[in-house]
Amino acid sequence: MKFWSMSENKNRKFMTGSEVTVQAAFDAGAEMMYGYPITPATEVFTGWIKRGGAYLQTEDEIAAGFAVCGSILAGKKTFSATSGPGHVLIQDALSMAEGMRLPFVLVVGQRGGPSSGTVIYSQQEVILSCFGGNGEGMRFVYSPSSLNELYRLTRKAFNDAWKYRFPAILLTDGYTLKTKGVINLEPLSSQREGRGVSNSQREENIPSYPLVPENKITHWQNIYTFEDDLYYEINSAKEDFHKIAEEIAEAEEYETTDAEILLIAHGIVASSTKDAVDELRKQGVKVGMFRPITLRPYPKKQLDKVCSFHSVKKIIVIESALGQLARITRDQLAPEIDVNFEYLQKPGLGIEMEEIVKCVEDLK
Amino acid sequence: MPDFIPAKFCPGCGYPIALTLLKNVLQKNSLLEKAVLGLDIGCNLLAWNFLPISTFQTHHGRVVPTMVGFKRARNNSLSFALVGDGGAYAIGLQSLIHAAKRDEAITVLVINNTVYGMTGGQTAPTTLKGQKTDSHPEGNPDEPLMGPELFKNVVKPGSFLARTAVNEPKQLTEFLEKAIKTQEAGHFSLIEILSFCPTNWKTSGVETIKYLDERLKPVFRLGEINF
Repeated sequence: MKFWSMSENKNRKFMTGSEVTVQAAFDAGAEMMYGYPITPATEVFTGWIKRGGAYLQTEDEIAAGFAVCGSILAGKKTFSATSGPGHVLIQDALSMAEGMRLPFVLVVGQRGGPSSGTVIYSQQEVILSCFGGNGEGMRFVYSPSSLNELYRLTRKAFNDAWKYRFPAILLTDGYTLKTKGVINLEPLSSQREGRGVSNSQREENIPSYPLVPENKITHWQNIYTFEDDLYYEINSAKEDFHKIAEEIAEAEEYETTDAEILLIAHGIVASSTKDAVDELRKQGVKVGMFRPITLRPYPKKQLDKVCSFHSVKKIIVIESALGQLARITRDQLAPEIDVNFEYLQKPGLGIEMEEIVKCVEDLK
Repeated sequence: MPDFIPAKFCPGCGYPIALTLLKNVLQKNSLLEKAVLGLDIGCNLLAWNFLPISTFQTHHGRVVPTMVGFKRARNNSLSFALVGDGGAYAIGLQSLIHAAKRDEAITVLVINNTVYGMTGGQTAPTTLKGQKTDSHPEGNPDEPLMGPELFKNVVKPGSFLARTAVNEPKQLTEFLEKAIKTQEAGHFSLIEILSFCPTNWKTSGVETIKYLDERLKPVFRLGEINF
Protein backbone atom coordinates (compact mmCIF):
# COMPACT_ATOMS: atom_id res chain seq x y z
CA MET A 1 0.00 0.00 0.00
CA LYS A 2 1.53 3.26 -1.11
CA PHE A 3 0.93 6.33 0.96
CA TRP A 4 0.51 9.59 -0.92
CA SER A 5 1.72 12.89 0.47
CA MET A 6 -0.71 15.77 0.80
CA SER A 7 0.45 17.58 -2.34
CA GLU A 8 0.51 14.36 -4.34
CA ASN A 9 -3.10 13.77 -3.30
CA LYS A 10 -4.13 17.08 -4.81
CA ASN A 11 -2.57 16.23 -8.18
CA ARG A 12 -4.01 12.73 -8.44
CA LYS A 13 -6.82 12.28 -10.89
CA PHE A 14 -9.08 9.32 -11.57
CA MET A 15 -9.42 9.27 -15.35
CA THR A 16 -10.24 6.93 -18.21
CA GLY A 17 -7.69 6.38 -20.95
CA SER A 18 -9.91 8.40 -23.29
CA GLU A 19 -9.86 11.34 -20.88
CA VAL A 20 -6.08 11.09 -20.56
CA THR A 21 -5.72 11.01 -24.35
CA VAL A 22 -7.90 14.10 -24.75
CA GLN A 23 -5.90 15.93 -22.06
CA ALA A 24 -2.66 15.01 -23.81
CA ALA A 25 -4.00 16.17 -27.17
CA PHE A 26 -4.96 19.55 -25.74
CA ASP A 27 -1.59 19.86 -24.00
CA ALA A 28 0.13 18.93 -27.25
CA GLY A 29 -1.50 21.91 -28.96
CA ALA A 30 -3.92 19.91 -31.10
CA GLU A 31 -6.37 22.26 -32.76
CA MET A 32 -8.87 20.16 -34.68
CA MET A 33 -10.35 16.71 -34.62
CA TYR A 34 -12.39 14.80 -37.15
CA GLY A 35 -14.14 11.62 -36.13
CA TYR A 36 -16.83 9.05 -36.53
CA PRO A 37 -18.33 7.19 -33.60
CA ILE A 38 -16.91 3.68 -33.12
CA THR A 39 -16.55 1.60 -30.00
CA PRO A 40 -14.23 1.72 -28.07
CA ALA A 41 -12.79 5.02 -29.35
CA THR A 42 -15.94 7.16 -29.37
CA GLU A 43 -15.19 8.80 -26.02
CA VAL A 44 -11.91 10.23 -27.29
CA PHE A 45 -14.01 12.11 -29.84
CA THR A 46 -16.87 13.09 -27.53
CA GLY A 47 -14.39 13.95 -24.79
CA TRP A 48 -12.61 16.34 -27.12
CA ILE A 49 -15.95 17.86 -28.07
CA LYS A 50 -17.04 18.28 -24.42
CA ARG A 51 -13.77 20.10 -23.71
CA GLY A 52 -14.57 22.60 -26.48
CA GLY A 53 -12.11 21.44 -29.15
CA ALA A 54 -12.86 22.35 -32.80
CA TYR A 55 -14.27 19.30 -34.56
CA LEU A 56 -16.48 17.86 -37.24
CA GLN A 57 -18.29 14.54 -37.13
CA THR A 58 -17.98 13.27 -40.69
CA GLU A 59 -20.11 10.83 -42.67
CA ASP A 60 -17.54 8.05 -42.30
CA GLU A 61 -13.94 7.40 -41.33
CA ILE A 62 -12.77 7.91 -44.89
CA ALA A 63 -14.00 11.50 -44.84
CA ALA A 64 -12.61 11.96 -41.32
CA GLY A 65 -9.18 10.83 -42.45
CA PHE A 66 -9.09 13.06 -45.51
CA ALA A 67 -10.44 16.05 -43.60
CA VAL A 68 -7.54 15.52 -41.16
CA CYS A 69 -5.17 15.62 -44.15
CA GLY A 70 -6.83 18.79 -45.45
CA SER A 71 -6.57 20.63 -42.15
CA ILE A 72 -2.95 19.55 -41.78
CA LEU A 73 -2.14 20.84 -45.28
CA ALA A 74 -3.60 24.17 -44.18
CA GLY A 75 -1.35 24.11 -41.09
CA LYS A 76 -3.43 22.99 -38.12
CA LYS A 77 -2.50 20.21 -35.68
CA THR A 78 -5.26 17.75 -36.40
CA PHE A 79 -6.02 14.19 -35.33
CA SER A 80 -8.61 11.45 -35.26
CA ALA A 81 -9.45 8.38 -33.16
CA THR A 82 -10.82 5.09 -34.36
CA SER A 83 -10.81 1.31 -34.09
CA GLY A 84 -11.16 -1.90 -36.10
CA PRO A 85 -13.33 -1.40 -39.20
CA GLY A 86 -12.91 2.37 -38.90
CA HIS A 87 -9.16 1.91 -38.76
CA VAL A 88 -9.33 -0.08 -41.98
CA LEU A 89 -11.06 2.86 -43.69
CA ILE A 90 -8.72 5.51 -42.27
CA GLN A 91 -5.74 3.70 -43.75
CA ASP A 92 -6.79 5.16 -47.12
CA ALA A 93 -6.06 8.65 -45.77
CA LEU A 94 -3.04 7.42 -43.79
CA SER A 95 -1.65 6.09 -47.03
CA MET A 96 -1.87 9.57 -48.53
CA ALA A 97 -0.30 10.98 -45.37
CA GLU A 98 2.54 8.50 -45.74
CA GLY A 99 3.04 9.39 -49.40
CA MET A 100 2.92 13.14 -48.82
CA ARG A 101 4.70 13.13 -45.44
CA LEU A 102 1.76 14.60 -43.55
CA PRO A 103 1.91 14.71 -39.71
CA PHE A 104 -1.33 12.77 -39.27
CA VAL A 105 -1.87 11.71 -35.64
CA LEU A 106 -4.27 8.83 -35.10
CA VAL A 107 -5.41 7.25 -31.84
CA VAL A 108 -6.33 3.60 -32.34
CA GLY A 109 -8.23 1.75 -29.63
CA GLN A 110 -7.83 -1.86 -30.74
CA ARG A 111 -10.87 -4.10 -30.71
CA GLY A 112 -11.32 -7.70 -31.83
CA GLY A 113 -10.95 -8.48 -35.50
CA PRO A 114 -11.26 -9.34 -38.27
CA SER A 115 -14.51 -7.75 -39.44
CA SER A 116 -16.69 -6.27 -36.73
CA GLY A 117 -15.11 -8.78 -34.31
CA THR A 118 -15.67 -7.53 -30.80
CA VAL A 119 -15.97 -3.99 -29.51
CA ILE A 120 -13.57 -3.61 -26.61
CA TYR A 121 -10.22 -5.30 -26.79
CA SER A 122 -7.46 -6.94 -28.74
CA GLN A 123 -3.91 -6.33 -29.90
CA GLN A 124 -4.84 -7.25 -33.44
CA GLU A 125 -4.23 -3.94 -35.19
CA VAL A 126 -0.45 -3.99 -34.84
CA ILE A 127 0.25 -4.95 -38.46
CA LEU A 128 -2.48 -2.60 -39.74
CA SER A 129 -0.95 0.26 -37.75
CA CYS A 130 2.63 -0.49 -38.74
CA PHE A 131 2.06 -1.46 -42.36
CA GLY A 132 -1.48 -0.47 -43.34
CA GLY A 133 -2.29 1.03 -46.68
CA ASN A 134 -0.37 0.41 -49.88
CA GLY A 135 2.97 1.73 -48.68
CA GLU A 136 6.08 0.70 -46.82
CA GLY A 137 5.19 1.35 -43.20
CA MET A 138 6.76 4.80 -42.96
CA ARG A 139 4.84 5.81 -39.87
CA PHE A 140 5.45 5.90 -36.13
CA VAL A 141 3.53 3.54 -33.86
CA TYR A 142 3.57 3.91 -30.06
CA SER A 143 2.19 1.33 -27.63
CA PRO A 144 1.63 2.66 -24.08
CA SER A 145 1.49 0.29 -21.16
CA SER A 146 0.07 2.64 -18.51
CA LEU A 147 -1.99 5.81 -18.25
CA ASN A 148 1.13 7.88 -17.65
CA GLU A 149 2.65 6.44 -20.78
CA LEU A 150 -0.55 7.01 -22.71
CA TYR A 151 -0.28 10.71 -21.86
CA ARG A 152 3.44 10.93 -22.60
CA LEU A 153 3.29 9.02 -25.88
CA THR A 154 0.31 11.02 -27.15
CA ARG A 155 2.37 14.18 -26.61
CA LYS A 156 5.30 12.45 -28.31
CA ALA A 157 3.15 11.40 -31.27
CA PHE A 158 2.25 15.01 -32.05
CA ASN A 159 5.81 16.21 -31.61
CA ASP A 160 7.43 13.45 -33.65
CA ALA A 161 4.82 13.78 -36.41
CA TRP A 162 5.34 17.51 -36.82
CA LYS A 163 9.09 17.44 -36.34
CA TYR A 164 9.82 14.58 -38.74
CA ARG A 165 6.77 14.68 -41.04
CA PHE A 166 5.56 11.09 -40.76
CA PRO A 167 2.11 9.91 -39.65
CA ALA A 168 2.02 8.79 -36.01
CA ILE A 169 -0.31 6.22 -34.45
CA LEU A 170 -0.97 6.01 -30.72
CA LEU A 171 -1.88 2.32 -30.47
CA THR A 172 -3.93 1.42 -27.42
CA ASP A 173 -7.04 -0.65 -26.75
CA GLY A 174 -10.56 -0.44 -25.38
CA TYR A 175 -9.65 -1.64 -21.89
CA THR A 176 -7.15 1.18 -21.53
CA LEU A 177 -9.51 3.76 -23.02
CA LYS A 178 -12.53 2.83 -20.97
CA THR A 179 -11.07 1.88 -17.59
CA LYS A 180 -10.51 4.52 -14.96
CA GLY A 181 -7.16 4.64 -13.29
CA VAL A 182 -5.14 6.90 -11.10
CA ILE A 183 -2.84 9.28 -12.92
CA ASN A 184 -0.71 12.06 -11.60
CA LEU A 185 -0.17 14.57 -14.38
CA GLU A 186 2.08 16.72 -12.21
CA PRO A 187 5.32 15.36 -10.82
CA LEU A 188 5.48 15.38 -7.00
CA SER A 189 8.20 17.99 -6.97
CA SER A 190 6.65 20.40 -9.49
CA GLN A 191 6.50 24.05 -8.59
CA ARG A 192 2.91 25.17 -8.84
CA GLU A 193 2.88 28.32 -10.91
CA GLY A 194 0.01 30.79 -10.79
CA ARG A 195 -1.96 29.04 -13.53
CA GLY A 196 -1.31 25.58 -12.18
CA VAL A 197 0.26 24.28 -15.36
CA SER A 198 2.05 20.97 -14.84
CA ASN A 199 5.64 20.31 -15.76
CA SER A 200 4.42 17.81 -18.31
CA GLN A 201 2.02 20.37 -19.69
CA ARG A 202 4.85 22.89 -19.92
CA GLU A 203 6.87 20.49 -22.04
CA GLU A 204 7.82 22.00 -25.36
CA ASN A 205 5.48 21.44 -28.28
CA ILE A 206 6.83 21.27 -31.80
CA PRO A 207 4.80 23.97 -33.57
CA SER A 208 2.60 23.24 -36.56
CA TYR A 209 2.98 25.25 -39.77
CA PRO A 210 1.13 25.52 -43.09
CA LEU A 211 2.40 22.75 -45.35
CA VAL A 212 0.71 24.61 -48.19
CA PRO A 213 2.15 28.06 -47.51
CA GLU A 214 -0.12 31.08 -47.76
CA ASN A 215 2.24 33.37 -49.61
CA LYS A 216 3.82 30.98 -52.08
CA ILE A 217 2.39 28.84 -54.85
CA THR A 218 3.14 25.13 -54.42
CA HIS A 219 2.33 22.19 -56.65
CA TRP A 220 2.14 18.85 -54.90
CA GLN A 221 1.68 15.41 -56.35
CA ASN A 222 1.26 11.99 -54.78
CA ILE A 223 1.10 10.15 -58.11
CA TYR A 224 4.09 10.04 -60.44
CA THR A 225 4.30 9.57 -64.19
CA PHE A 226 7.63 7.81 -63.96
CA GLU A 227 8.46 4.91 -61.67
CA ASP A 228 11.89 6.43 -61.08
CA ASP A 229 10.28 9.50 -59.50
CA LEU A 230 8.35 7.35 -57.02
CA TYR A 231 11.49 5.34 -56.32
CA TYR A 232 13.34 8.54 -55.49
CA GLU A 233 10.56 9.73 -53.15
CA ILE A 234 10.41 6.44 -51.29
CA ASN A 235 14.15 6.22 -50.83
CA SER A 236 14.23 9.80 -49.62
CA ALA A 237 11.56 8.98 -47.01
CA LYS A 238 13.35 5.76 -46.08
CA GLU A 239 16.59 7.62 -45.45
CA ASP A 240 14.83 10.14 -43.24
CA PHE A 241 13.00 7.37 -41.39
CA HIS A 242 16.12 5.37 -40.71
CA LYS A 243 18.09 8.42 -39.66
CA ILE A 244 15.64 9.21 -36.90
CA ALA A 245 14.69 5.63 -35.99
CA GLU A 246 17.30 5.28 -33.27
CA GLU A 247 16.37 8.65 -31.82
CA ILE A 248 12.71 7.79 -31.59
CA ALA A 249 12.73 4.08 -30.79
CA GLU A 250 12.00 3.22 -27.16
CA ALA A 251 11.91 0.02 -25.17
CA GLU A 252 11.75 -1.10 -21.56
CA GLU A 253 14.04 -3.81 -20.24
CA TYR A 254 12.83 -5.40 -17.03
CA GLU A 255 14.99 -7.90 -15.14
CA THR A 256 16.76 -8.86 -18.36
CA THR A 257 20.46 -8.90 -17.45
CA ASP A 258 20.59 -12.49 -16.21
CA ALA A 259 17.34 -13.68 -17.76
CA GLU A 260 17.27 -17.18 -19.24
CA ILE A 261 13.70 -16.81 -20.43
CA LEU A 262 12.85 -13.53 -22.11
CA LEU A 263 9.21 -12.47 -22.32
CA ILE A 264 8.32 -9.99 -25.06
CA ALA A 265 5.03 -8.11 -24.77
CA HIS A 266 3.64 -4.63 -25.46
CA GLY A 267 0.82 -2.37 -24.28
CA ILE A 268 -1.54 -3.57 -21.59
CA VAL A 269 -0.32 -7.17 -21.84
CA ALA A 270 3.09 -5.98 -20.72
CA SER A 271 1.57 -4.94 -17.40
CA SER A 272 0.49 -8.51 -16.69
CA THR A 273 3.81 -9.73 -18.03
CA LYS A 274 5.73 -7.53 -15.60
CA ASP A 275 3.69 -8.92 -12.71
CA ALA A 276 4.39 -12.41 -14.00
CA VAL A 277 8.13 -11.69 -14.05
CA ASP A 278 7.94 -10.56 -10.41
CA GLU A 279 5.98 -13.68 -9.43
CA LEU A 280 8.34 -16.03 -11.30
CA ARG A 281 11.42 -14.34 -9.89
CA LYS A 282 10.03 -14.99 -6.40
CA GLN A 283 10.04 -18.65 -7.38
CA GLY A 284 13.62 -18.33 -8.51
CA VAL A 285 12.95 -18.46 -12.23
CA LYS A 286 15.42 -16.32 -14.18
CA VAL A 287 12.93 -14.53 -16.36
CA GLY A 288 12.87 -11.00 -17.72
CA MET A 289 10.72 -8.83 -19.97
CA PHE A 290 11.56 -6.85 -23.09
CA ARG A 291 8.84 -4.34 -23.92
CA PRO A 292 8.90 -2.42 -27.19
CA ILE A 293 7.33 0.99 -26.54
CA THR A 294 7.61 2.09 -30.16
CA LEU A 295 6.47 -0.71 -32.47
CA ARG A 296 7.55 1.30 -35.46
CA PRO A 297 10.41 2.05 -35.59
CA TYR A 298 11.02 -1.10 -33.62
CA PRO A 299 13.67 -0.70 -30.89
CA LYS A 300 15.91 -3.03 -32.80
CA LYS A 301 19.19 -2.05 -31.18
CA GLN A 302 17.85 -2.75 -27.70
CA LEU A 303 16.24 -5.99 -28.87
CA ASP A 304 19.44 -7.34 -30.40
CA LYS A 305 21.38 -6.40 -27.28
CA VAL A 306 18.98 -8.12 -24.89
CA CYS A 307 18.54 -11.22 -27.04
CA SER A 308 22.25 -11.72 -27.37
CA PHE A 309 22.84 -11.85 -23.61
CA HIS A 310 24.51 -15.23 -23.10
CA SER A 311 21.94 -16.18 -20.52
CA VAL A 312 18.92 -16.02 -22.86
CA LYS A 313 17.87 -19.50 -23.94
CA LYS A 314 14.23 -18.97 -24.82
CA ILE A 315 12.01 -16.10 -25.91
CA ILE A 316 8.24 -16.13 -25.39
CA VAL A 317 6.25 -13.53 -27.32
CA ILE A 318 2.98 -12.80 -25.51
CA GLU A 319 0.10 -10.97 -27.24
CA SER A 320 -3.66 -10.77 -27.66
CA ALA A 321 -3.30 -11.53 -31.36
CA LEU A 322 -2.16 -14.37 -33.59
CA GLY A 323 1.47 -13.44 -33.94
CA GLN A 324 1.44 -9.78 -34.97
CA LEU A 325 3.95 -8.70 -32.32
CA ALA A 326 5.89 -11.91 -32.96
CA ARG A 327 6.10 -11.14 -36.67
CA ILE A 328 7.54 -7.65 -36.28
CA THR A 329 9.89 -8.83 -33.52
CA ARG A 330 11.31 -11.72 -35.54
CA ASP A 331 11.62 -9.45 -38.56
CA GLN A 332 13.79 -7.03 -36.62
CA LEU A 333 15.91 -9.51 -34.71
CA ALA A 334 19.43 -9.75 -36.13
CA PRO A 335 19.63 -12.97 -38.17
CA GLU A 336 22.80 -14.16 -36.46
CA ILE A 337 21.03 -14.26 -33.09
CA ASP A 338 19.78 -17.80 -32.73
CA VAL A 339 17.34 -18.19 -29.86
CA ASN A 340 14.40 -20.53 -29.45
CA PHE A 341 11.04 -18.74 -29.90
CA GLU A 342 7.79 -19.74 -28.21
CA TYR A 343 4.45 -17.96 -28.36
CA LEU A 344 1.52 -17.22 -26.07
CA GLN A 345 -1.15 -15.96 -28.47
CA LYS A 346 -4.71 -15.18 -27.41
CA PRO A 347 -6.33 -13.15 -30.19
CA GLY A 348 -8.91 -10.77 -28.75
CA LEU A 349 -8.61 -12.03 -25.18
CA GLY A 350 -6.98 -10.36 -22.20
CA ILE A 351 -3.97 -12.17 -20.77
CA GLU A 352 -3.61 -12.33 -17.01
CA MET A 353 -0.53 -12.74 -14.89
CA GLU A 354 -1.45 -16.27 -13.81
CA GLU A 355 -1.69 -17.50 -17.41
CA ILE A 356 1.72 -16.11 -18.22
CA VAL A 357 3.22 -17.71 -15.11
CA LYS A 358 1.69 -21.06 -16.05
CA CYS A 359 2.89 -20.73 -19.64
CA VAL A 360 6.46 -20.10 -18.52
CA GLU A 361 6.32 -22.97 -16.05
CA ASP A 362 4.99 -25.31 -18.76
CA LEU A 363 7.62 -24.25 -21.27
CA LYS A 364 10.58 -24.26 -18.88
CA MET B 1 6.58 29.65 -63.10
CA PRO B 2 7.64 29.25 -66.73
CA ASP B 3 5.38 31.04 -69.20
CA PHE B 4 4.41 27.90 -71.03
CA ILE B 5 3.97 24.44 -69.55
CA PRO B 6 2.95 21.84 -72.13
CA ALA B 7 -0.36 20.31 -71.10
CA LYS B 8 -0.36 16.60 -70.37
CA PHE B 9 -4.03 16.37 -71.29
CA CYS B 10 -5.08 14.61 -74.52
CA PRO B 11 -5.42 16.82 -77.59
CA GLY B 12 -9.01 18.08 -77.59
CA CYS B 13 -9.60 17.47 -73.86
CA GLY B 14 -11.95 19.86 -72.11
CA TYR B 15 -9.88 20.17 -68.89
CA PRO B 16 -7.43 22.84 -70.12
CA ILE B 17 -10.38 24.98 -71.28
CA ALA B 18 -12.14 24.80 -67.92
CA LEU B 19 -8.90 25.37 -66.02
CA THR B 20 -7.83 28.32 -68.14
CA LEU B 21 -11.23 29.97 -67.70
CA LEU B 22 -10.92 29.39 -63.93
CA LYS B 23 -7.48 31.00 -63.97
CA ASN B 24 -8.82 33.98 -65.93
CA VAL B 25 -11.62 34.58 -63.43
CA LEU B 26 -9.23 34.36 -60.48
CA GLN B 27 -6.69 36.59 -62.17
CA LYS B 28 -9.29 39.19 -63.06
CA ASN B 29 -10.39 39.34 -59.43
CA SER B 30 -6.85 39.16 -57.98
CA LEU B 31 -7.62 35.88 -56.26
CA LEU B 32 -4.79 33.68 -57.56
CA GLU B 33 -2.90 33.70 -54.27
CA LYS B 34 -5.95 33.13 -52.13
CA ALA B 35 -7.10 30.18 -54.25
CA VAL B 36 -6.19 26.58 -53.45
CA LEU B 37 -7.01 23.80 -55.89
CA GLY B 38 -7.51 20.24 -54.69
CA LEU B 39 -7.51 17.46 -57.28
CA ASP B 40 -9.07 14.02 -57.33
CA ILE B 41 -7.60 11.11 -59.30
CA GLY B 42 -8.30 10.58 -62.97
CA CYS B 43 -7.56 13.03 -65.74
CA ASN B 44 -7.85 16.00 -63.36
CA LEU B 45 -4.68 14.87 -61.57
CA LEU B 46 -2.77 16.14 -64.59
CA ALA B 47 -3.61 19.66 -63.46
CA TRP B 48 -1.26 19.37 -60.48
CA ASN B 49 1.29 21.82 -61.88
CA PHE B 50 -0.81 23.45 -64.57
CA LEU B 51 -2.01 26.69 -63.01
CA PRO B 52 -0.37 29.49 -60.99
CA ILE B 53 -2.46 28.37 -58.02
CA SER B 54 -1.38 26.20 -55.06
CA THR B 55 -2.51 22.74 -56.15
CA PHE B 56 -2.33 19.28 -54.61
CA GLN B 57 -3.56 15.82 -55.50
CA THR B 58 -5.60 13.71 -53.11
CA HIS B 59 -7.16 10.26 -53.59
CA HIS B 60 -9.98 9.11 -55.85
CA GLY B 61 -13.28 10.36 -54.50
CA ARG B 62 -11.55 12.09 -51.59
CA VAL B 63 -10.90 15.63 -52.81
CA VAL B 64 -14.15 16.94 -51.33
CA PRO B 65 -13.49 15.86 -47.71
CA THR B 66 -9.88 17.02 -48.05
CA MET B 67 -11.02 20.50 -49.12
CA VAL B 68 -13.64 20.49 -46.35
CA GLY B 69 -10.74 20.01 -43.91
CA PHE B 70 -8.55 22.55 -45.66
CA LYS B 71 -11.20 25.28 -45.71
CA ARG B 72 -12.16 24.70 -42.08
CA ALA B 73 -8.51 25.15 -41.11
CA ARG B 74 -7.92 28.12 -43.40
CA ASN B 75 -11.20 29.94 -43.67
CA ASN B 76 -9.83 32.85 -45.69
CA SER B 77 -8.75 30.58 -48.55
CA LEU B 78 -10.76 30.12 -51.73
CA SER B 79 -11.00 26.32 -51.75
CA PHE B 80 -11.74 24.50 -54.99
CA ALA B 81 -12.26 20.78 -55.46
CA LEU B 82 -11.70 19.66 -59.05
CA VAL B 83 -13.18 16.24 -59.73
CA GLY B 84 -14.49 14.09 -62.57
CA ASP B 85 -17.94 12.59 -62.85
CA GLY B 86 -16.66 9.31 -61.36
CA GLY B 87 -14.87 10.91 -58.42
CA ALA B 88 -17.87 13.13 -57.72
CA TYR B 89 -20.86 10.88 -58.37
CA ALA B 90 -19.54 7.37 -57.73
CA ILE B 91 -16.73 6.82 -55.24
CA GLY B 92 -17.00 10.33 -53.79
CA LEU B 93 -20.77 10.77 -53.83
CA GLN B 94 -21.23 10.10 -50.12
CA SER B 95 -18.83 12.85 -49.15
CA LEU B 96 -20.22 15.23 -51.74
CA ILE B 97 -23.80 14.85 -50.50
CA HIS B 98 -22.70 15.43 -46.92
CA ALA B 99 -20.57 18.44 -47.79
CA ALA B 100 -23.61 19.92 -49.56
CA LYS B 101 -25.86 19.01 -46.63
CA ARG B 102 -23.53 20.71 -44.16
CA ASP B 103 -23.23 23.75 -46.45
CA GLU B 104 -19.43 23.51 -46.46
CA ALA B 105 -18.01 26.70 -47.96
CA ILE B 106 -16.09 25.08 -50.80
CA THR B 107 -16.54 25.19 -54.58
CA VAL B 108 -16.77 21.83 -56.32
CA LEU B 109 -16.08 21.74 -60.07
CA VAL B 110 -17.35 18.49 -61.58
CA ILE B 111 -15.94 17.83 -65.05
CA ASN B 112 -18.52 15.59 -66.70
CA ASN B 113 -17.43 13.74 -69.83
CA THR B 114 -19.66 10.70 -69.14
CA VAL B 115 -16.74 8.24 -68.89
CA TYR B 116 -13.81 7.21 -66.71
CA GLY B 117 -11.29 8.74 -69.07
CA MET B 118 -7.88 7.99 -67.58
CA THR B 119 -8.56 4.25 -67.30
CA GLY B 120 -9.82 3.89 -70.87
CA GLY B 121 -13.47 4.92 -71.02
CA GLN B 122 -15.40 2.73 -68.58
CA THR B 123 -18.98 3.43 -67.58
CA ALA B 124 -19.48 6.36 -65.23
CA PRO B 125 -22.52 7.51 -63.26
CA THR B 126 -23.26 9.99 -66.05
CA THR B 127 -22.85 7.57 -68.96
CA LEU B 128 -25.90 7.80 -71.22
CA LYS B 129 -28.22 4.84 -71.53
CA GLY B 130 -27.09 2.74 -74.49
CA GLN B 131 -23.68 4.44 -74.65
CA LYS B 132 -21.02 1.88 -75.50
CA THR B 133 -18.13 1.93 -73.05
CA ASP B 134 -15.15 -0.19 -72.10
CA SER B 135 -17.12 -1.84 -69.28
CA HIS B 136 -20.41 -2.02 -71.22
CA PRO B 137 -19.39 -2.89 -74.77
CA GLU B 138 -23.01 -3.77 -75.58
CA GLY B 139 -24.23 -0.45 -74.23
CA ASN B 140 -24.87 0.97 -70.74
CA PRO B 141 -28.13 -0.41 -69.34
CA ASP B 142 -28.65 2.44 -66.85
CA GLU B 143 -29.87 6.02 -66.99
CA PRO B 144 -27.32 8.71 -66.09
CA LEU B 145 -27.27 10.45 -62.71
CA MET B 146 -28.22 14.12 -62.62
CA GLY B 147 -25.85 15.44 -59.97
CA PRO B 148 -26.86 19.06 -59.38
CA GLU B 149 -30.53 18.03 -59.51
CA LEU B 150 -29.84 15.52 -56.76
CA PHE B 151 -28.06 18.02 -54.54
CA LYS B 152 -30.81 20.60 -54.80
CA ASN B 153 -32.73 18.45 -52.32
CA VAL B 154 -29.92 18.66 -49.84
CA VAL B 155 -28.34 22.14 -50.04
CA LYS B 156 -29.15 25.08 -47.82
CA PRO B 157 -30.33 28.56 -48.85
CA GLY B 158 -27.41 30.62 -50.12
CA SER B 159 -25.80 27.68 -51.97
CA PHE B 160 -25.16 27.72 -55.71
CA LEU B 161 -25.73 24.80 -58.08
CA ALA B 162 -25.34 25.00 -61.84
CA ARG B 163 -24.40 23.16 -64.99
CA THR B 164 -22.55 24.53 -67.98
CA ALA B 165 -20.12 23.29 -70.65
CA VAL B 166 -16.55 23.92 -71.78
CA ASN B 167 -17.87 25.37 -75.04
CA GLU B 168 -19.97 27.95 -73.14
CA PRO B 169 -17.14 30.22 -71.94
CA LYS B 170 -19.37 33.19 -71.11
CA GLN B 171 -21.72 31.08 -69.00
CA LEU B 172 -18.86 29.17 -67.37
CA THR B 173 -17.17 32.44 -66.43
CA GLU B 174 -20.40 33.85 -65.03
CA PHE B 175 -21.03 30.72 -62.98
CA LEU B 176 -17.46 30.69 -61.64
CA GLU B 177 -17.85 34.26 -60.46
CA LYS B 178 -21.15 33.40 -58.80
CA ALA B 179 -19.59 30.34 -57.14
CA ILE B 180 -16.73 32.42 -55.76
CA LYS B 181 -19.18 34.94 -54.31
CA THR B 182 -21.13 32.04 -52.81
CA GLN B 183 -18.01 30.70 -51.11
CA GLU B 184 -17.07 34.14 -49.85
CA ALA B 185 -20.54 34.39 -48.32
CA GLY B 186 -19.87 31.08 -46.53
CA HIS B 187 -21.95 28.68 -48.61
CA PHE B 188 -21.57 25.56 -50.75
CA SER B 189 -21.24 25.80 -54.52
CA LEU B 190 -21.05 23.18 -57.27
CA ILE B 191 -20.75 23.61 -61.02
CA GLU B 192 -21.01 20.59 -63.29
CA ILE B 193 -19.11 21.31 -66.49
CA LEU B 194 -19.84 19.18 -69.55
CA SER B 195 -16.51 18.42 -71.16
CA PHE B 196 -14.84 16.83 -74.18
CA CYS B 197 -13.21 13.41 -74.23
CA PRO B 198 -12.37 12.70 -77.89
CA THR B 199 -10.03 9.88 -76.88
CA ASN B 200 -12.78 7.78 -75.33
CA TRP B 201 -15.71 9.11 -77.36
CA LYS B 202 -13.62 8.12 -80.41
CA THR B 203 -14.40 11.38 -82.12
CA SER B 204 -12.10 13.80 -83.86
CA GLY B 205 -12.14 17.51 -84.59
CA VAL B 206 -15.59 18.99 -84.99
CA GLU B 207 -17.23 15.62 -84.23
CA THR B 208 -16.23 16.08 -80.60
CA ILE B 209 -18.04 19.40 -80.31
CA LYS B 210 -21.06 17.93 -82.10
CA TYR B 211 -21.05 14.97 -79.71
CA LEU B 212 -21.22 17.25 -76.71
CA ASP B 213 -23.81 19.58 -78.24
CA GLU B 214 -26.09 16.91 -79.70
CA ARG B 215 -25.82 14.03 -77.25
CA LEU B 216 -24.95 15.55 -73.86
CA LYS B 217 -26.65 18.94 -73.79
CA PRO B 218 -30.19 17.58 -74.42
CA VAL B 219 -29.78 15.23 -71.44
CA PHE B 220 -27.74 17.40 -69.05
CA ARG B 221 -29.58 20.73 -69.06
CA LEU B 222 -27.43 23.86 -68.76
CA GLY B 223 -28.22 26.65 -66.38
CA GLU B 224 -28.56 27.42 -62.71
CA ILE B 225 -30.42 24.87 -60.63
CA ASN B 226 -33.21 26.52 -58.69
CA PHE B 227 -34.27 25.25 -55.30
